[in-house]
Amino acid sequence: MTTMTVDDVVAELRDGMTIGVGGWGSRRKPMALVRAVCRAGLRDLTVVSYGGPDVGLLIAAGCVRRVVTGFVSLDSIPLEPHFRRARQQGEIELTEYDEGMLYWGLLAAANRLPFLPIRAGLGSDVPRVNPNLRTVRSPYEDGSELIAMPAVTLDAALVHLNRADRRGNARYLGPDPYFDDLFCLAARRRFVSCERLVSTAELVDGGPPQGLLLNSMMVDGVVETPRGAHFTSCVPDYDRDEAFQREYATAAAGPAEWDRFRATYLDGDEEHYQKAVAAR
Amino acid sequence: MTRADVCVVACAEAWRGDGALLASPMGLIPKLGAQLAQLTFAPELVLSDGEATLVRDGEVEGWLPYRAVFAVVAAGTRHVMMGASQIDRFGNQNISCVGDWARPTRQLLGVRGAPGNTVNHATSYWVPRHEPRVFVDRVDMVCGVGHDRGAVEIRRVVTNLAVLDFDTPDRSMRLRSVHPGVSVAEVRAATGFPLTVPASVPDTRSPTESELALIHDRLDPDSLRHKEIR
Repeated sequence: MTTMTVDDVVAELRDGMTIGVGGWGSRRKPMALVRAVCRAGLRDLTVVSYGGPDVGLLIAAGCVRRVVTGFVSLDSIPLEPHFRRARQQGEIELTEYDEGMLYWGLLAAANRLPFLPIRAGLGSDVPRVNPNLRTVRSPYEDGSELIAMPAVTLDAALVHLNRADRRGNARYLGPDPYFDDLFCLAARRRFVSCERLVSTAELVDGGPPQGLLLNSMMVDGVVETPRGAHFTSCVPDYDRDEAFQREYATAAAGPAEWDRFRATYLDGDEEHYQKAVAAR
Repeated sequence: MTRADVCVVACAEAWRGDGALLASPMGLIPKLGAQLAQLTFAPELVLSDGEATLVRDGEVEGWLPYRAVFAVVAAGTRHVMMGASQIDRFGNQNISCVGDWARPTRQLLGVRGAPGNTVNHATSYWVPRHEPRVFVDRVDMVCGVGHDRGAVEIRRVVTNLAVLDFDTPDRSMRLRSVHPGVSVAEVRAATGFPLTVPASVPDTRSPTESELALIHDRLDPDSLRHKEIR
């Protein structure tokens, strides 16, 4: 376990990998890591995410071959513009699961199980658009047929938490852990960015023990990225930057506007991004 | 009394008799309806703030992060009211995409939790614009399943024009009531499939004085509901 930079993390990733991204929608996304992946120009990634602007940015940068998700949304803006355009133009592949199925797939991977049974998906068109999806019949008296949700195994997981120590113990301070622990448990390589890197004593004193979502066994690298979830929310450290999110969504509407947005905010490194955001 | 007030009460009515379960409204008018139900005839309902906090009349009363919501879904102790970009006569719902799934003409949200919701617990729908392109013969992508595909219960569909239910022998859609000032012919014309219409269709009940006071003074003092429906 070592502390790393965002570029160190990206150096561990390869074209074609399956990468899980923590958070939910436009909430507590590891955006500094996502921006670094975009800058590095990785290609052909399969991105597993409860999708928000992480998916949008990666698509816009041409990094994505396939998205595995139940939705892609900016929450306060219902539809993610890059994801929408890419789907409508047939530029990306999609594995579309019910949200609970994706949870179960991560849980199966975390438990080293080939699949877990779930009712979600039965009768819907999810099996139609996932022709490899199978059902399983209960071997017990009920004999019921269930979806056999396959393990969603990740090459790497990227998550963002409020606080972490150098060993990879980490705490969320907001109301919801989302599924960040499962993303880490489902992945071969696990990278955590945090708002503040603190001593273990400060981490432990920073809230109840239940908030210590990640421990050092679940993490391979820690990066301190202040405002690293921007423009998604990272409560209580900061709320979603709604004005910036609107600017992002507006810029995504056209190639010229997007080029301008990218040149202003994304073409430099993370420090440049944070300065450009602060200066606007 | 406005059309939006009638819709709020019609949404609230969907949860009548549910007892102690999680009411999950998607959208402002369903949310106002669930809050109204909790404050009046359905005090046992549990409501979240849309994220991880359980709230009752503006006060925090508990914690329910997403992973716990999925446990409630699987346990069946939830009644959700979702939106529908398309819905058919058996209550199959689409919020994923319009057109061919492989390359949609309009990408929407994705299936979200609709497949799991509908096979586990009661589901209702809120449609702020009742029109033929929403009420379709066949949905392009079945997200929430209908009664012909194994839904537990599609309880109500509340729209800006009417309330629909599935109280028919084959559990297909039926006109339950029309909002005051709306004709049955209007609802038929706005529905893209043949709708079962009883011999006599009552008006959707109007809000009581005390319900109106709660909506106006306590739940939506800024009248945001009139932006969702006029």
